[in-house]
Amino acid sequence: MSDPSQANEWPLWEVFVRSKSGLDHKHCGSLHAADAKMAIQAARDVYTRRQEGTSVWVVRSDQIIASDPGDKSMYFDPMVDKVYRHPTFYQLPQSVDQM
Amino acid sequence: MNERPSSIEPGRSPAVQYVLRLGDACLILAQRLGEWCGHAPVLEEDIALTNTALDLIGQARALLTHAGQLSAAERGGAALDEDQLAFLREERDYLNPTLVELPRGDFALTTLRNAMVATWLQLLWQRLGASSDAELAGIAAKAVKEARYHQRHAADWVVRLGDGTEESKRRLADALQELWPYSAELFETDAVDEYAAATGLGPRWSDLRQEWLSQMSALLTEAGLAIPADVPFRSTGRTGRTGQHSEHLGYLLTDLQYLQRAYPGGVW
Repeated sequence: MSDPSQANEWPLWEVFVRSKSGLDHKHCGSLHAADAKMAIQAARDVYTRRQEGTSVWVVRSDQIIASDPGDKSMYFDPMVDKVYRHPTFYQLPQSVDQM
Repeated sequence: MNERPSSIEPGRSPAVQYVLRLGDACLILAQRLGEWCGHAPVLEEDIALTNTALDLIGQARALLTHAGQLSAAERGGAALDEDQLAFLREERDYLNPTLVELPRGDFALTTLRNAMVATWLQLLWQRLGASSDAELAGIAAKAVKEARYHQRHAADWVVRLGDGTEESKRRLADALQELWPYSAELFETDAVDEYAAATGLGPRWSDLRQEWLSQMSALLTEAGLAIPADVPFRSTGRTGRTGQHSEHLGYLLTDLQYLQRAYPGGVW
């Protein structure tokens, strides 16, 4: 956050919203806020105004450690030919719900 | 040219006036908040303010519709609908308290007014949840949740501004001096209130005064301010909620009514 163009900006926050039927919080965007309390309210106002959510998470963007796009081929390409890792070859018992 | 609709006049029974006072408070404050669209200090707050405005418009729609029906039940004929009541009345038939029609001011004034109004509306909606009028009770049950958020959001900002920079403190203190004299009007009792209390329609507005003062006092203390001393001017007696408005409402209504006056019956 040493970029001088952001010197007067409030910190950036990433917003995650859980929809009515959803089980997990999904990333839906970002916003600027001075602190966590303001960020939660802004997330509610900006990202749930069309009934999108029943729960909101916010996290400071600078607290997220992301993989380097330059590592993409090394990280992810080796998985392309390993379809046997998908659980589609098995019959799931009924009792294992929502897997 | 289409034939222009002349202005319409709602009934003046106490029940109709009681509902219109509240409906117009929501409608006129929503119009003021709408003026912030595209002008708030940050994008997030721009959306928050217009969200609040839209909640208030929803409340006003329900209340004006209900007032039109009450009015028709009393004097017969077809009920005036929400659009007729919102757009085609003369200035003196709007019954909102003066506070909500004052110009939007700066962000501090808007924020403080929102806190004052939301604190008041939250108390009023809570009591109206037990109204003898089932329709009004239903509207209140939905609206109280909205008012609760408006109050929290505005109150948080009041504290931030009061606890912020020299400039934000000065602007908030100025807003308090300007708005406070208009709060007296929210807690006066007249024949309309007495009727509402006697019939179980709703509380006298003055019944909410103590609780409102105690909540506002706690909020202002947290923001480093105190309830101002009384000044010679008080908006009281013949005021907005009896139809006698400040010079500001006429200008607001020219904006609000323009489309319906220019294109009668126009809809989206």
